[in-house]
Amino acid sequence: MKITTEMVDYISALARLQVDEGEKEAVTAELERIVSYMDRLNELDTNEIEALSHVFPIKNIMRPDKIAPSFSRELLLQNSPGGDEEAFLVPKAVD
Amino acid sequence: MEIFELTALELGAALKKGEVALQDVLSQTQDRIYTCQEENNAFISITKPDLAPTIGDSLLAGVPMALKDNICTKGVKTSCASKILGDFIPPYNASIVEKLIAAGAISMGKLNMDEFAMGSTSETSFYGPVRNPWDLSRVSGGSSGGAAAAVAAGEVWYAIGSDTGGSIRQPAAYCGVTGMKPTYGTVSRYGLIAYASSLDQMGPVARSAADCAAVLDIIQGKDPYDATSLSGCYGNLLSSLSGDVKGLRIGLPTDCFGEGLDPEVRQAVLDVAQVLKSRGAIVEEFSLPIMEYVVPAYYIIACAEASSNLSRFDGVKYGWRAENYEDLTDLYTKTRSEGFGSEVKRRILLGTFVLSTGYYDAYYKKALQVKFIIKTAYDDAFQKYDMLLTPVTPATAPQLGESLSDPLKMYLSDIYTVPLNLAGLPGISIPCGFDSNGMPIGAQLIGPALGDSVILNAAHSYQLETDFHKKTLHRKGGTSA
Repeated sequence: MKITTEMVDYISALARLQVDEGEKEAVTAELERIVSYMDRLNELDTNEIEALSHVFPIKNIMRPDKIAPSFSRELLLQNSPGGDEEAFLVPKAVD
Repeated sequence: MEIFELTALELGAALKKGEVALQDVLSQTQDRIYTCQEENNAFISITKPDLAPTIGDSLLAGVPMALKDNICTKGVKTSCASKILGDFIPPYNASIVEKLIAAGAISMGKLNMDEFAMGSTSETSFYGPVRNPWDLSRVSGGSSGGAAAAVAAGEVWYAIGSDTGGSIRQPAAYCGVTGMKPTYGTVSRYGLIAYASSLDQMGPVARSAADCAAVLDIIQGKDPYDATSLSGCYGNLLSSLSGDVKGLRIGLPTDCFGEGLDPEVRQAVLDVAQVLKSRGAIVEEFSLPIMEYVVPAYYIIACAEASSNLSRFDGVKYGWRAENYEDLTDLYTKTRSEGFGSEVKRRILLGTFVLSTGYYDAYYKKALQVKFIIKTAYDDAFQKYDMLLTPVTPATAPQLGESLSDPLKMYLSDIYTVPLNLAGLPGISIPCGFDSNGMPIGAQLIGPALGDSVILNAAHSYQLETDFHKKTLHRKGGTSA
């Protein structure tokens, strides 16, 4: 699989990561090397094979809908790098 | 005898009988941690332990231990060895921490690791690399490198690590201690900061299989806060350890003993088979022709889940935030680009790629299908065998700095450990010898799903017959033997 610098631009934008111009060639080459190794899976015929996302067949775990104590707002905001006493603060997102 | 030569269970018993005083144990342990820390850097945070007024009923009550720094501890900094979490102080304990506290465990602090548990050497930590107590110029393994090094150096009697692709078993092998990844779902993941949720599992690193069983007896069990945790998995593991392996059918996958395996490691692991055979087990070779696909399938799935799980680190709700951003997207991008280390960024990019439009089916879906093939191959093997025996790693601990220059080569060294995470199986790494450099070698015992007691018992049986697991006990700490 050929990886291009344009693809690296695209996926890094999706991932909210910036790849510096000076590193882009090296990052691209390295990703290509790893992805090409992953292409080895194409040796296996997987038509008709189930895509297994969970090793045990469990789904729809339910619990009683009961009110339980939650964390205090003050406590949770203590960890915010840009919070005030009431909310998480971020730059204006909508004009 | 020095207290550092005891196993966790022996120290627990000595405390209960009053043969040693808890206060003395804690002060000696703290002194030792501070001495070893300068050499091996096993800890990120060393905490002053809360003194329990009395020794409780649990077998391990009062025994000093430590937790990998991706396990949330109320009021104690939890960093995942990353800059991006800054001085994050969790407002809650992981469920296993609550269970350990209830059992009288005394935590001495938080252990160093690869950043976000991504790495096989514990060198990607923002807090500097962990060094192997057997040879400080070598790596401790990873990602639970701090856990393995701290136990090997006699700083704590046991530690809790996490294992997504071998992160408990591999450092245990490199450091000559016993480490176990239990069956997926037997230990609650609530409060473990997620790397790849379908593969992550916490487990013990200790000096013996019996100590691991005692720890698992405390931390296992259904948890309403983790929907994937299983109920009624198994009974008391420690009391099930008879050491009897008569008639136990052990399969040796020939595909795990071929090309790329160091001859000294191969011989040491084959010797484990001989010891178990001499105690009555039946050993047979068989073919497991999926090994060349386990690493690519694992890294596709792990990176995909990581790219999703790590999207929560954006400099808003907790952790560190970059300065000088222009708008909200810039805040996210600058915080993440400056806050994550290069290996974490590499895996996020890989994961984003395999999940992106146009590549999802070719990579992510394909890997999930291969996961099915891998799981089926193990299910078939366990139709014939009660347990499998393989190496943990292709070679012993490399020198510091050797692995980081070639990430693909580092990924390939995970070949023997990652299939267990893909198939949800339990595995235990036990020390089984030393190479010509004096570095420890590990053997991996693999059980069927929920067959944790089978491999613990076989490991216990081996440890009744051999003393490799006791070698660490005579060490004074660090490099001095």
